[in-house]
Amino acid sequence: MLEAAHLTCQRGERSLFTNLSFTLGAGELLQVAGPNGSGKTSLLKLLCGLSPPVAGEIRWQGAPARGEDFRRQLFYLGHQHAVKEELSALENLHISAELAGEPLTDVEALDALARIGLAGREHLPAKVLSQGQKRRVALARLLVSKAPLWILDEPLTALDVAAVDLIQSRLAEHLANQGMVVLTTHQALQVPGVTPCRIELD
Amino acid sequence: MLTTIIRRDLLLAYRRRSDVLTTLFFFVIVVSLFPLGVGPEMKTLRLIAPGVVWVAALLASMLSLNRLFAADYQDGTLEQMLLAPQPLALIVLGKIVAHWLVSGLPLALMAPVLGMQFDLPPAALGILFLALLLGTPILSLIGAIGAALTLGLRGGGVLLSLLVLPLYIPALIFGAGAVEAYSAGLSPEGHLSLLGALLILTGLAAPWVTAFALRIAME
Repeated sequence: MLEAAHLTCQRGERSLFTNLSFTLGAGELLQVAGPNGSGKTSLLKLLCGLSPPVAGEIRWQGAPARGEDFRRQLFYLGHQHAVKEELSALENLHISAELAGEPLTDVEALDALARIGLAGREHLPAKVLSQGQKRRVALARLLVSKAPLWILDEPLTALDVAAVDLIQSRLAEHLANQGMVVLTTHQALQVPGVTPCRIELD
Repeated sequence: MLTTIIRRDLLLAYRRRSDVLTTLFFFVIVVSLFPLGVGPEMKTLRLIAPGVVWVAALLASMLSLNRLFAADYQDGTLEQMLLAPQPLALIVLGKIVAHWLVSGLPLALMAPVLGMQFDLPPAALGILFLALLLGTPILSLIGAIGAALTLGLRGGGVLLSLLVLPLYIPALIFGAGAVEAYSAGLSPEGHLSLLGALLILTGLAAPWVTAFALRIAME
C-alpha cells in the first residue's frame, strides 16, 4: 500500500500543491491529471524518492518510502526515456533491466522486444529508431518488470493505437496481479476492468 | 553491478571512439609542443619533462570529465541509476573506473613514449609510467566529484576546471616529484607511497561524495 500524507511541493518560490493526501491499495490505478506545469511530474518524482517533499510523508507498506528495499519494488518510467542512442534496443533493455536488479536472458529480452513491436529491429542502434520506437524500447521493461509499484510519467506519448492498446492491457494484467500503478497522461485511459482513481492538480 | 556499469560505459566509449581519441591526441600534442618550443637543450628538457607530462595529463583528463555524467543526466539514465536497488556509490565507482580505463590508462601507457622526446633515461620513463598509473585514477576520482557538483549548470565546463584543478595539486606535486627525485639521485619511493596513499583515500571517499552530490543535483 502506498500512502501519501499532507504532501507539499515547491518549485523555487512557487507552491505547486499543498496538503495532498491519498492512499493507493493493491490492484488500484491512480491517474494524476492537470494542465502542463501543474506539478504532475514533480509529484511522481516525490513518490519515487528522487526529490524530498517540503512537507508531508510518503509511506510504502507502512514504512517510509526510502532505501534499497523500496527501490527494488519500484519501476519508474520518467519523462526522458533513458534510452542510449549508441546502444541497440536489445542492449538498452538488458542494461536497464540489470540496473533495476532484474537481469534478463537473451530469450526473455528478445521476446519482450518482439511483443512491443520491435521484432527485426533488436540490433539497430537506438539513434536510427523513430521517437515512438525509442519509447517502445523503454516500455519493453514494462512487459518484464516484476516490481509491484509502477510510476509512469506519460507512458502513452508518441505511441500508435496498437501500442497504446498493448500498454493498457499490460496495465490491466499488472493490476489484476495486485500491482499498483501511478501514472500521468493527457490521453483518455481505458484499462479494461479498472476504474482509475484521479487526482486533479491545478 | 560494478561490472555491468563498467561494461556498459566501455561499450558506450567504444561506440563513441572519437571522444576517447581526442583526449589522447590532445595529450600527445601538448606534450610534443614543449620540445619544439623550448629547443633542443637536453638538460632543460630533462628538467621540465615530469612537470610537462603531468600538467598535460591533468588538462587531458579535464577534457573528458564533463561527459562523465552529462549524457546520463540528459537522457534520464541517471534517474534510473538513482532509483536502482544498489548503493549509488557503487554505480558511481563503476563509472569512475570506466572513465579511468578510457581516459587515464591510455595517458599512462603513452607517457613513456612521449618522455623519450625529453631525453629521459629508461629508468625515469618507468617511474613516470608508474607515477601516472597511480596518479590518473586520483584524477578521475576527484574529477567525478566536480562533475557531479557542476551537473546541469550552464557553463559548467569552465566552473568544473576551476573547481577541480586546485584539488589536483597534491597528485601533481607527488607525481612529478617522483621522477624529479629519481633524476636528482634520490629514491622515488616516498613520492610513490604518498601517491598510493592519496589514491586509497580518494578511492574510499570520492564515490560517496559524488553519489551525494548527484542526489542533490537531481532534486
